Amino acid sequence: MNDGAGTTAVPAQSPRTIPSPSSVDESSEKLYGLLAEFETPAAIVSAAKKVNEAGYKWWDCCAPFPVHGLDKAMGIRPTILPWLVLGAGITGGIIGTVLQWFTNATNLEIWGGPIWVTGYAFLVSGKPFASVPTWIPVIFELTVLLSAIGAVVFLLLLNKLPQLYHPCFKNERFARVTDDRFFIIIEAKDPLFYRAKTQQLLTSLGATAVEEVQA
Amino acid sequence: MNAAALAREDRYLGDLGPKLYVRLGGLGLGLIVVSLVLGFFVKDWDRFWRAYVVAYCFVVSICLGGLFFTILQHLTRAGWSVAIRRISEGLASNLRWLWILFIPIVWIVWTDSEGGLYHWTLGAAAMEEMGDAEGGLLAHKDAFLNPMFWTLRAALYFVIWFSLARYFVGNSIAQDGSGDPSITSRMQALAAPAMILYAFTQTFAAVDWLMSLEFAWYSTMFGVYFFAASCCGFGATMILLIYFLQRAGRVTESISIEHYHDMGKFLFAFGIVFWAYIAYSQYMLIWYANMPEETTWFMVRQLGSWKGLSLLLILGHFFIPFFFLLTRHTKRVKGVLAAAAAWMVAIHFIDMYWLVMPMVPVELVQSVDGDYAALVIAFQAPENAAYDLNWQLFDVTLLLGFAALMVAGTAFGLRSRSLVPEQDPRLAESLAFENY
Repeated sequence: MNDGAGTTAVPAQSPRTIPSPSSVDESSEKLYGLLAEFETPAAIVSAAKKVNEAGYKWWDCCAPFPVHGLDKAMGIRPTILPWLVLGAGITGGIIGTVLQWFTNATNLEIWGGPIWVTGYAFLVSGKPFASVPTWIPVIFELTVLLSAIGAVVFLLLLNKLPQLYHPCFKNERFARVTDDRFFIIIEAKDPLFYRAKTQQLLTSLGATAVEEVQA
Repeated sequence: MNAAALAREDRYLGDLGPKLYVRLGGLGLGLIVVSLVLGFFVKDWDRFWRAYVVAYCFVVSICLGGLFFTILQHLTRAGWSVAIRRISEGLASNLRWLWILFIPIVWIVWTDSEGGLYHWTLGAAAMEEMGDAEGGLLAHKDAFLNPMFWTLRAALYFVIWFSLARYFVGNSIAQDGSGDPSITSRMQALAAPAMILYAFTQTFAAVDWLMSLEFAWYSTMFGVYFFAASCCGFGATMILLIYFLQRAGRVTESISIEHYHDMGKFLFAFGIVFWAYIAYSQYMLIWYANMPEETTWFMVRQLGSWKGLSLLLILGHFFIPFFFLLTRHTKRVKGVLAAAAAWMVAIHFIDMYWLVMPMVPVELVQSVDGDYAALVIAFQAPENAAYDLNWQLFDVTLLLGFAALMVAGTAFGLRSRSLVPEQDPRLAESLAFENY
């Protein structure tokens, strides 16, 4: 999926779909949403802008490569990922500092049930016990390590990954999303979703095909 | 990007060019003359030539950064940077005449019988005769550190820099006229050997001109340190030049906030983080090994006011700009990034000053037998006051004079040239470039 972390992170609202000819048949499948196919990056950017202006919240764009300006057209809020990474990095820096201060510069003892740890202030080549210059490599590495791990983990969490299945995978046209086609999917649980009206909107935006996707 | 506005934009210095290179050139020469007059009043010529080396290395480091950046773009076949590459070529083109300002330093090396600027110019024999403890050490380095070989090496650096600047700037300008894409291929093919030549000459120049000021001291990281510093000076100067060019109504469309953002990243990565990484690595190894002949260099930089200057570098060259430019938001506002760049140019000058100026006699350092507390006390004695930080007016006038000459030379190199490589095959890619 495209990096649509912002669009999916909207508070859940009660799905309000009105019965339409295809979804009346409750016995078979439930409608997941409408999938619209576009042929060019320019087409999907202008279409995404219109869908955003129409007020839809539960929708996303899928493209074979990052499309310039698509995030802006979709109205995605700036990601909070950098702040999470900063927090992870600062945590790593503090861990590195405290760890070395405790082990190298103190004789503190910590009892925790069966676990006993102690600082071990040991004179090395006449340097002070609290030698900040020697700490810097470890502080640096732990800062980088936790930043990098934090960046990957939070990236996956914010994007709700890994996601092994998506209803769109059932659609034959959608296979070309990894090659040369661009898709907009508007989910049925969107409060503004009306089967006929949404289809009409997508068609009017220049979609080469609009198809139903069953959940 | 607006195609109509792009077609209308002013890509030539026009009447701004002569204004810049005549007035700033005159101002620069005038300030150097004023500095000489000030030197006559201060009568401390060793001190004056030190200030001259500081100002010279400040300017040459920035222009070398311009050459490095230009070669790097060809080496990596970069698309994003084409719209701003001409500005860095303008800075690099100064290497075609900067050797002229080096002649006074060569003259000092050949005529300075006191060894006031470069102590090794005394020669090992003379030092041993004078009972100088470092004489025996110099005897081992005589084959490398003697005026003749030193001058030949300097001549070689300037020939290589002259040729590289001439080749990469000249061909880029020739492409404006002919539009021949094979020029780009040729420059790419030559970029790799050019980068190797650049790395060697830049490293050796830093060792010859700066590290040999105290020939007994050595650091294997010194060349890289100078390289990181030159990237800092260059990146910041480049941002300022682009900012003021756009303020003057030139290249207002083709250079976008995306290019500012990327130059901000370059300054952040090379000039702030890489500099700190190298500066720390150099310090840590010497501090940890604790070899007397290595630690003296850092020891004198922890005495008196030099200590304050060292702390200023740690805070002002790393911690403050690091956190300030960490976020993309500060890099994407032209005025804010330009202010940060102005700060980095100033701190780069202080870095050069810090490299050259602290000259505490080795005898004083050795007299306390490694006792730092005793050295701090000895340093406070009135007769040692001259070795502490004492700003002279010619420090500033020489800096401003050299900087004015550098900007004038850049404007002269770009006179009647387009400020954008018009026919570069990747120009369209650069104009449409966007960051995520």
